[in-house]
Amino acid sequence: MDQILSNLSMLVDFPIVNLKILIDGIMIGAIFVLVAYGLALVWGVMNVKNLAQGDFVISGGYVSWWLVQQGFPALLGVPVAFVVMWGVGWVAYKLVISRVIERDMFTSLLATFGLAIMMAQILNLMFGSDTQSVDLGYDTLFFADGLIDVPIAKLIGVLMATVLAASVIWFMKTSRMGQAIRATAQDARAARVMGIDTEKVYAFTFSLNSAICGAAGAIIVMVWLIQPFYGIAYAIRAFVIVTAAGLGNLPGVIAAGLGIGALEQFGAHIFGIGYQQAIAVVLLLIVLIIRLIQQKRNRQVLK
Amino acid sequence: MAKKKLILYALILVFTFIAPFAFPAYGTQLATLWLMIIVAITWDMTGGQMGYNSLGNIFFYGTGMYVAALISIGQVYDVGEYTSAAGGGIYEFTDAQYFSGLFLGVISAGIFCSITAVLIGYITFGLRGPYFAIGTLAVAIAAGELVSNWEWVGGGQGIALPVYPGDLDVGKTFFYFLFASVGVSVFIFVKWLYGTRFGAAINAIRDDEEKAEAMGIHTLRYKLITWAMAAFFVGMAGGISGFQLIHFEPLETAYQTINLGIFMVVCVLLGGKGTLWGPVVGAILFHLFKEVTWTYFLGWQWVALGALIVVTVVYFQDGVMGWVMRKRPEWFGIRVEESK
Repeated sequence: MDQILSNLSMLVDFPIVNLKILIDGIMIGAIFVLVAYGLALVWGVMNVKNLAQGDFVISGGYVSWWLVQQGFPALLGVPVAFVVMWGVGWVAYKLVISRVIERDMFTSLLATFGLAIMMAQILNLMFGSDTQSVDLGYDTLFFADGLIDVPIAKLIGVLMATVLAASVIWFMKTSRMGQAIRATAQDARAARVMGIDTEKVYAFTFSLNSAICGAAGAIIVMVWLIQPFYGIAYAIRAFVIVTAAGLGNLPGVIAAGLGIGALEQFGAHIFGIGYQQAIAVVLLLIVLIIRLIQQKRNRQVLK
Repeated sequence: MAKKKLILYALILVFTFIAPFAFPAYGTQLATLWLMIIVAITWDMTGGQMGYNSLGNIFFYGTGMYVAALISIGQVYDVGEYTSAAGGGIYEFTDAQYFSGLFLGVISAGIFCSITAVLIGYITFGLRGPYFAIGTLAVAIAAGELVSNWEWVGGGQGIALPVYPGDLDVGKTFFYFLFASVGVSVFIFVKWLYGTRFGAAINAIRDDEEKAEAMGIHTLRYKLITWAMAAFFVGMAGGISGFQLIHFEPLETAYQTINLGIFMVVCVLLGGKGTLWGPVVGAILFHLFKEVTWTYFLGWQWVALGALIVVTVVYFQDGVMGWVMRKRPEWFGIRVEESK
């Protein structure tokens, strides 16, 4: 308890620390936004709740890490991870996801949970359970007498995440396929009547989601750490963000993603780093309860 | 027919009694099998019979483990001192202290878990479908993370309990019979329960909650009672597990969300959701599969288990009992009119 209070008073005494935590939080939040956007896409278009989301992220990270081990430049990892994970997503769609779209939603949850376990274990067998990262070798910028440190690698990561998000949004708004995806999300049967091959749209959407996750993972490995079993943490955060923002609410996803990144960093600072995971999960519960209260109907029993 | 059934039940009961003596090398395995049967049957109470697919029943397993351990330690020593010693200090338990701690701990674990089930259920049962699953999963994960940061109960190190006093082989058989007695009683209990008005009511909730409510069923009350009953047995099983394992820690053993927490769901789906025998059959098949992969595909066992989950969920959702029911409906007393 004293520890928590002294941490709190530190935030009050040194306002500049708040800024540092906020910057850190927004940077990790940018990655959460990417992952959550992919989840919202799949959830909205084909009503599949993908618990393997985080493991797509980690797989993308390992693709990039492997490339660097082979002597390729690290920045190449992001587009390669995008392409490779596109393929993985397509295979996952054809083998598993395409068969659970029509089923009840718990089925898709459980099937992707099984997929998540498989992917994490295969990564564990291939690359071992050590944490890995890629050192870009760039400097760190210091502001405010060294109280705020911003590694250039982190800036590049956030920039790439922004570019990726912007191009996906632009693609969804303007391209023919983007229109087809949005039409399918609105009403799959009507889209089919209009001549849209919804099966193709589903496969494309899921592959796109997987590719976005893969690229996000390639960014993560440049700045933070990856490990085969870190996937579930990203999946949980993506669920928090999408549940908080609602489907098809892009500004909401961005705001919630950045907000959760910042909240988590503040929470970890105040309660200690050991609680970071717990904070994400408790946030999910709080969001669910708030949604529940919002949708509360007046239900009564006859006495 | 009734006579045949009676003989079948008698055979199973006899096998239950002689199994640990017939296969002494597999004593712990058989005890674990009973644990799987208990958690599968209790998961099916809400998942199969009531239509609320919880991913957080493992919460009661972990909580039961901790409650039983804390009570049995707390009646002799100061808990904080005991856990902070973490095996360093010597804390002796007499035989009487051990057994009274065990039984008191296990019973209070069951009761405590029932109470928490009502409290948590009061919030989570407002969630429908996948949100309920995610919400309960979040409860289980959060509990594991919070307990692993709670130094008074041992933090991430977990708790080391006293070893069974006396011969260890006798201890194995002792724990087998503890699990078996809980397992048999939960089976008899649900067999009776599903035949009552209460069973019909929770089936109505599964089939159409709105209509059930319109028929005057107080759905929330039924949901809470069902979950509390399931939690009671899972909590007891968790408490026994704690004593059987001797040492346990929060994330990998007590609140093992991706191990036992998901296994129980797969057991039920494999055996057949919403049937009396499905969870039992599924637990036996799943445990066999798990042990075979653990023995012969070491390293790939988790991949094989993930694949089993995916295949079961995607291609074989009716489970064994569902499949038998479709092939041989007359065994279940369902008459099928032959089409002319």
